Amino acid sequence: MTPHPAPEAGPFLGKLSLDALPLHEPILVVTFAIVVIGGLGVLAAITKYRLWGWLWRDWFTTVDHKRIGIMYMILGLIMFLRGFADAIMMRLQQVWAFNGSEGYLNAHHYDQVFTAHGVIMIFFVAMPFITGLMNYMVPLQIGARDVSFPFLNNFSFWMTTAGAVLCMISLFIGEFAQTGWLAYPPLSGIAYSPNVGVDYYIWSLQIAGVGTTLSGINLIVTILKLRAPGMGLMKMPVFTWTSLCSNILIVASFPILTATLVLLSLDRYIGTNFFTNDLGGSPMMYVNLIWIWGHPEVYILILPLFGVFSEVTSTFSGKKLFGYTSMVYATVVITILSYIVWLHHFFTMGSGASVNSFFGITTMVISIPTGAKLFNWLFTMYRGRIRFELPMMWTIAFMLTFVVGGMTGVLLAVPPADFVLHNSLFLIAHFHNVIIGGVLFGLFAAINYWWPKAFGFKLDVFWGKISFWCWVVGFWLAFMPLYILGLMGVTRRMRVFDDPSLQIWFAIAAFGALVIAAGIGAMLVQFAVSIWKRKELVDESGDPWNGRTLEWATSSPPPDYNFAFTPVIHDLDAWYDMKKRGHQRPVGGFRDIHMPSNTGAGIILAGFSLVMGFALVWHIWWLAAVSFAATVFGAIYQTFNYKRDFHIPAATVVEVEDARTRQLAAGA
Amino acid sequence: MSADPHHHAADGHHEIEMPHASMRDYVIGFVLSVILTAIPFWLVMERPFSNGATAAIIMIFAAVQIVVHMVFFLHMTPKAEDGWSLTSLVFTVIVVVIMLAGSLWVMHHLNTNMMPQVHDTSQLP
Amino acid sequence: MSATTTTAADEPVQFYDLDEHAHPEGHSTMLGFWIYLMSDCLIFAILFACFGVLGGNYAAGPAPKDLFDLNLIALNTAMLLFSSITYGFAVLQMQQGNVRGTQIWLAVTGLFGLGFLGIELYEFHHLIEIGATPQRSAFLSSFFTLVGTHGLHVTFGVIWLVTLMVQLGKHGLIAANKRRVMCLSMFWHFLDVIWIGVFTIVYLMGVLR
Repeated sequence: MTPHPAPEAGPFLGKLSLDALPLHEPILVVTFAIVVIGGLGVLAAITKYRLWGWLWRDWFTTVDHKRIGIMYMILGLIMFLRGFADAIMMRLQQVWAFNGSEGYLNAHHYDQVFTAHGVIMIFFVAMPFITGLMNYMVPLQIGARDVSFPFLNNFSFWMTTAGAVLCMISLFIGEFAQTGWLAYPPLSGIAYSPNVGVDYYIWSLQIAGVGTTLSGINLIVTILKLRAPGMGLMKMPVFTWTSLCSNILIVASFPILTATLVLLSLDRYIGTNFFTNDLGGSPMMYVNLIWIWGHPEVYILILPLFGVFSEVTSTFSGKKLFGYTSMVYATVVITILSYIVWLHHFFTMGSGASVNSFFGITTMVISIPTGAKLFNWLFTMYRGRIRFELPMMWTIAFMLTFVVGGMTGVLLAVPPADFVLHNSLFLIAHFHNVIIGGVLFGLFAAINYWWPKAFGFKLDVFWGKISFWCWVVGFWLAFMPLYILGLMGVTRRMRVFDDPSLQIWFAIAAFGALVIAAGIGAMLVQFAVSIWKRKELVDESGDPWNGRTLEWATSSPPPDYNFAFTPVIHDLDAWYDMKKRGHQRPVGGFRDIHMPSNTGAGIILAGFSLVMGFALVWHIWWLAAVSFAATVFGAIYQTFNYKRDFHIPAATVVEVEDARTRQLAAGA
Repeated sequence: MSADPHHHAADGHHEIEMPHASMRDYVIGFVLSVILTAIPFWLVMERPFSNGATAAIIMIFAAVQIVVHMVFFLHMTPKAEDGWSLTSLVFTVIVVVIMLAGSLWVMHHLNTNMMPQVHDTSQLP
Repeated sequence: MSATTTTAADEPVQFYDLDEHAHPEGHSTMLGFWIYLMSDCLIFAILFACFGVLGGNYAAGPAPKDLFDLNLIALNTAMLLFSSITYGFAVLQMQQGNVRGTQIWLAVTGLFGLGFLGIELYEFHHLIEIGATPQRSAFLSSFFTLVGTHGLHVTFGVIWLVTLMVQLGKHGLIAANKRRVMCLSMFWHFLDVIWIGVFTIVYLMGVLR
């Protein structure tokens, strides 16, 4: 069916009316029913067990980087399930719509599904996951008590969440963009997308983007300013290094996205001509600008996971990382190079031989530092005493998978080859190959590796292995057919197919997606089983893997203040070095510890922003104005609060640390 | 990168480091800015030189004036914040240059190749 | 510095800083704010890039020559330059611990800022009145957006100035307020730097074109 024509805007509700509810889409109605019932169930449970106060005090208003990190991970997980549901729907549609069948999704719905899948997986799954990891681990790894700006951290989280919520609202009220995840104009312009889909896209990214940028600034300053004494730059753990570079990329690229989307919204809202076809506008400029952000973005996602692989390889090989210095330089070089390759995303747009050659070569050059990293990991494993625990298994699966993805990437970097493969399923297979094989496998390695630190017990190995094998096998089944289809010339984002000989490949891919679904299921079971059996899986040492970096020096989970005394660093792999020198934990002489206080300002301001975003989507101008004013005045009001900290009294510290002493004695 | 970026960590009882401003700095900065602003305006309004030369001169004046503002108004020194202020500034300048030059270059080629109806190339950047 | 910097494995070393002092509150704020300004700088860079690429696309509409009155722009530039040095005077007053003086010079700075905004609004109003609206051509879209974004930043700066004057009145020159004066100083002078780019590239180069 075709989209509705743009409804007339009323003064009170703007474009919003009952027609906005997608009652004609049975899939959405059923989903809505399930969400409402499930949501009510959760709310009822929270009310029954009187958890609202606890949630508000200990979680929603917290400024503790560890809790905020966990909330980011939960956000990422929930959105991952949504994004994966979209993926399954696409696989099902594509295997179904053969031999004259239209499949089960109409074009309007299918186009929203592939757009939402991309947007959600990048912005609301991968980004929260890596931000959560960095939030949790970076302060611990550098021996700090919290991030530099704890309130801002809470605010950033809620802004990201507000963006995700706005994106989810589009599922049930109105529609989402049908433009693909980067919303190229002129398709995303008002002439071709007159409805609210693109506006939902713009405002959910803008609101989340504020959070991402601020959290990037926060973590950069944290790493630059709050390192423990003795930790020079070249003594920082590799994960901290890659986090630093990733956050530098965030701060130096998300403003580009923000500005570009502002220009797109000006085109849509007030009729300017930046990216239109008329009056001097240039849609090509949008593509150029969005990829100046877009390419650094993929390095934002992968760099922290490169750090995770380094930590995991070194820990589970029982050796210090091979080539630490080269690893750091490779990371820095990738950071810089990621700014001079963006055109490889639009070789075919017609910039000509000289421009294409330049960007083709710079793209190929990136594989050099990346290759150096891979060899460093291999040499770290070489002659190491490798323990094949779950994090290490994910790391090895990453190395095997990522190399294939990297090589197809170099292939795509050759402009003449790209003219054949551009916009084909080959490209889809390539970037899923690096994003799943790199980012997701890295996240799973990280979750298995750091879970004991965050919760005090290990994850169940049996279900972990089932999840691992389902994921790895499922990944290869799901994406290798897409390489083949791409080489046969099948383009991306197709809804129906004419050629029956293609169907078998889509069937294999769909089966692969089901195997991945089993892997996700097994992972959820793994979490549940581990929580159930937490007494058996408990780790009292705080250092279950014989770790090497500072986060393992404190208890699991760490106390609110992380370290009763700030560690002094003498060498790379600080904790390993401390253990080697006969580390002794201080058991007395504790003092008051200065900590930031909780605040509800973050969630309230983000709530105002969410309302503003919704109002702007639906052209409810009075509400947009009111909520904008509320956001500004709320922020100003917050600056009048000068008392943002408190001291944990020494007595409390003594209590916590004594309990820890007894725990360690009992475990020994 | 500074050799010893972590010396701050243990001596936190000092007041926060803030750039020290002086009347002399502000007055020098102001006078230089006035000169560096007035000359370009005069050049463009009176046109003593050709357009190309004028354009080159005013671009140079703008670059110099930006440095003047950085030094005298923003108190930028290589030492500020252990050098991180300057490092981040240099990084940003590099990214900005890449972005501006790259966009102009890329878009120029795209316009030339893909927009054949634009015959008046003097309008291209 | 309390760390014993020994590296040999057999010597006794200090594992923890047992006599630490908390970081002074806000010791990272200046750097954090500077990095924020760097990110803001990139937003302007995008707008400049757009102006660079689209600024010649008049779509048979008016060109800079037809629109810009350099006398007005010179006056506006003077406003911002004066506001820069008056902000400098506010900082000097702050360094001498003079709350009243700081507030007065902040107020003067704010008045110059308002003057700048008034002139800019007058210019925009005039342009729109003669039909040179942001919708007219890609050149005008990018012109209004670039200059307007700078103007919005100045507006925000003025709001911040007022907030800060109130806060100075309430709490005086405490450490937190001094820090805020310095952050706003960076913001204000940063806008000045952006304006150098605007008047050079948009107005002067535009008229030359």
